[in-house]
Amino acid sequence: MSVTNVVLAGLGGQGVIKASDILADAALRAGLDVKKSELHGMSQRGGSVTSDVRFGERVLSPMVPRGEADYLVVLADSEVEVTRPLLRPGGVLLAPDLIADADLPNKRSLNVALLGALSRYLDLPPEAMLDAMRAALPERLHAVNERAFEMGRKVAAADGTIP
Amino acid sequence: MDRQLLSGDEAVALAALHAGVALGTGYPGTPSTEILEAFDALGGRAQWAPNEKVALEVGLGAAFGNARVLVTMKHVGLNVAADPLFTAAYTGVSGALIVVTADDPGMASSQNEQDNRRYAIAAGLPMIEPSDSQEAYDLFFTAIEMSERWKLPVLYRMTTRVCHSKSVVTPAARGDAAPEAARKPAPHFEHDINARVMIPANARPAHRRLRAKLVEIAAWGEECALNRVEPGSGSAADLGIVTSGVSYLHAAEAAPGAAILKIGLVNPLPLEKARAFAAAHARTVVIEEGDPVIADSLRAAGVAVESRPDIYRFGELDVPRVRRILAGDASPEPAAPLGKPPELCPACPYHAVYATLQKHDCIVAGDIGCYTLGVLPPYRAMDTCVAMGASIGVGLGLRHVLPPEEARRVVSIIGDSTFVHSGISGLVEMAYNPPPTGHVVIVLDNGTTAMTGQQEHPGTGRRLDHGPTARLSIEGVASAIGIESVTVIDPYADPDGFESLLLERLAAPELSVIVARRPCVLAAADIRKWEQQAAEFRARAPEQVAYDLPVDQDLPMGDQ
Repeated sequence: MSVTNVVLAGLGGQGVIKASDILADAALRAGLDVKKSELHGMSQRGGSVTSDVRFGERVLSPMVPRGEADYLVVLADSEVEVTRPLLRPGGVLLAPDLIADADLPNKRSLNVALLGALSRYLDLPPEAMLDAMRAALPERLHAVNERAFEMGRKVAAADGTIP
Repeated sequence: MDRQLLSGDEAVALAALHAGVALGTGYPGTPSTEILEAFDALGGRAQWAPNEKVALEVGLGAAFGNARVLVTMKHVGLNVAADPLFTAAYTGVSGALIVVTADDPGMASSQNEQDNRRYAIAAGLPMIEPSDSQEAYDLFFTAIEMSERWKLPVLYRMTTRVCHSKSVVTPAARGDAAPEAARKPAPHFEHDINARVMIPANARPAHRRLRAKLVEIAAWGEECALNRVEPGSGSAADLGIVTSGVSYLHAAEAAPGAAILKIGLVNPLPLEKARAFAAAHARTVVIEEGDPVIADSLRAAGVAVESRPDIYRFGELDVPRVRRILAGDASPEPAAPLGKPPELCPACPYHAVYATLQKHDCIVAGDIGCYTLGVLPPYRAMDTCVAMGASIGVGLGLRHVLPPEEARRVVSIIGDSTFVHSGISGLVEMAYNPPPTGHVVIVLDNGTTAMTGQQEHPGTGRRLDHGPTARLSIEGVASAIGIESVTVIDPYADPDGFESLLLERLAAPELSVIVARRPCVLAAADIRKWEQQAAEFRARAPEQVAYDLPVDQDLPMGDQ
């Protein structure tokens, strides 16, 4: 059973949950089984937030087992070391410093830019990711987030590790 | 119907809609809050009650009237609703009454991790437990069928992971839902005094009726589709796992090939099915979160199953923990990564309140809400937090026994929604049995139930769908109860004024309520929008407004 495990992490208010909503919806649009899990509540008050997204032919537990994430997408510098143990050996870390702040069309789009970078690795059609993004965000934010997504894809492409 | 990615909460709401539920009511509480919000968004009739007890009573009345009803709450909410719950098991219902209890193992956002499967046993009510969103949808219809067949409330137990995880739901999986809604009974009333008036003469036979129903349900449960055996395969097939809820998914992943008895009806348990299952496997292990409810029940019935080491009753289970349980590993577990703790929002109007309480070394009886975060650095300005509304009683108790110089520093602090939920009777106690040094209650009125995601409550003057309704005046209630000094102040706009007011009230041996009023920074823009919509509605169609809506001039709506 091949399941792709993604953990998204950051601080409350950064758009971690929005990013995991988009990723999970993209997997749904690609016809896969998908589960997504995080804890709401206290965590929304500026504290650490992680969200697990798992997709594949059949997904059982909604939680990514610790140390078994294939991809770790982190939106806040402060959360990189805290969440690194979630990644499996050889897993891919996409940290916020991958995206140069100055190049972002809008600071709030870091989540979508990192999804763009992640999309280079995933066996999901980028168009499904973009459709999911458009479904999740109001229309006035579509253009800026499309640019952020493309920017993330380009940055990831410049990295030698891309499959 | 199409595949949809839904949370367990959303799946319950969709099922309720498809089942023709006439009314959804509850009190917001993580992780259950989104059920009624989703039900409303889908077009269902949903409303917030002031607390869970009232919600259950409204739901019970609607079910006496032959309707299908959904009542939602978090686990500790069922403590508040327990009084009507236990006797509703005796009265039974005419329509269908589904009570969602959303437990929070691991306490992501709760003050305890009580296991509400105990309530099903204690009250003598059937309890269904789904594992994911598809089951949260599908099993809801079974709950309705059971409630109507046995004329009993049915407890629907969810947990944080089931409520908040999103997974794929195909509503068509259980056939076309529309005919189900069409089968719903028409609300009407039939007198049934013996069944519903629980004087002892009626309650004694009612208890016997309840126990007879449970015997029937237990027999039905042995064969019903809620409890199913998944045969094992390969080398792991000697291992049997008995499990329920989200633990089923962890177990299926942790032990591929093991045989599984998946329990969907957690009360009454299918003891004979479990007995046969255990007898067929060399080793049978119960995998359950929280209390060892299934394990203890099976072992009491003489079924040979293993439970888990006691360390696994704390917190949630996950795949690694289930692997450890199956390996018999009770060694200390790796610590979870320590992230950044939550904090009061930078623009929260309560900073000045907590800074003042800290500065003057107050003894603070606190309450449940995001303002509980005042306990964290930098303020550490809260000394107790136990239950909804407890701040007032606990503060009074301290005032009664502490030496006067200490008693005069005791303050109770409570949010607006919490005050309406169960603070009002605390104020009644305060007026009835005033401590010699008096007492000071601060109501933090930010105009919303902020902690759970900005839900309305009677004090906001807006319904669940944010439309206008009567507004409960907190200061009016306090005055009517007989509190001597009641003052409204904006601690954000006037922190110095708040400090001098508090000091004056602490020094005076009288009863005092300070309403610290300023909208939640996260909700302020929405509150403005809803108030404007309400004003437009009233201007456009005055004849549709049943009564004059009080306009609260004190509620500041300024930009933040």
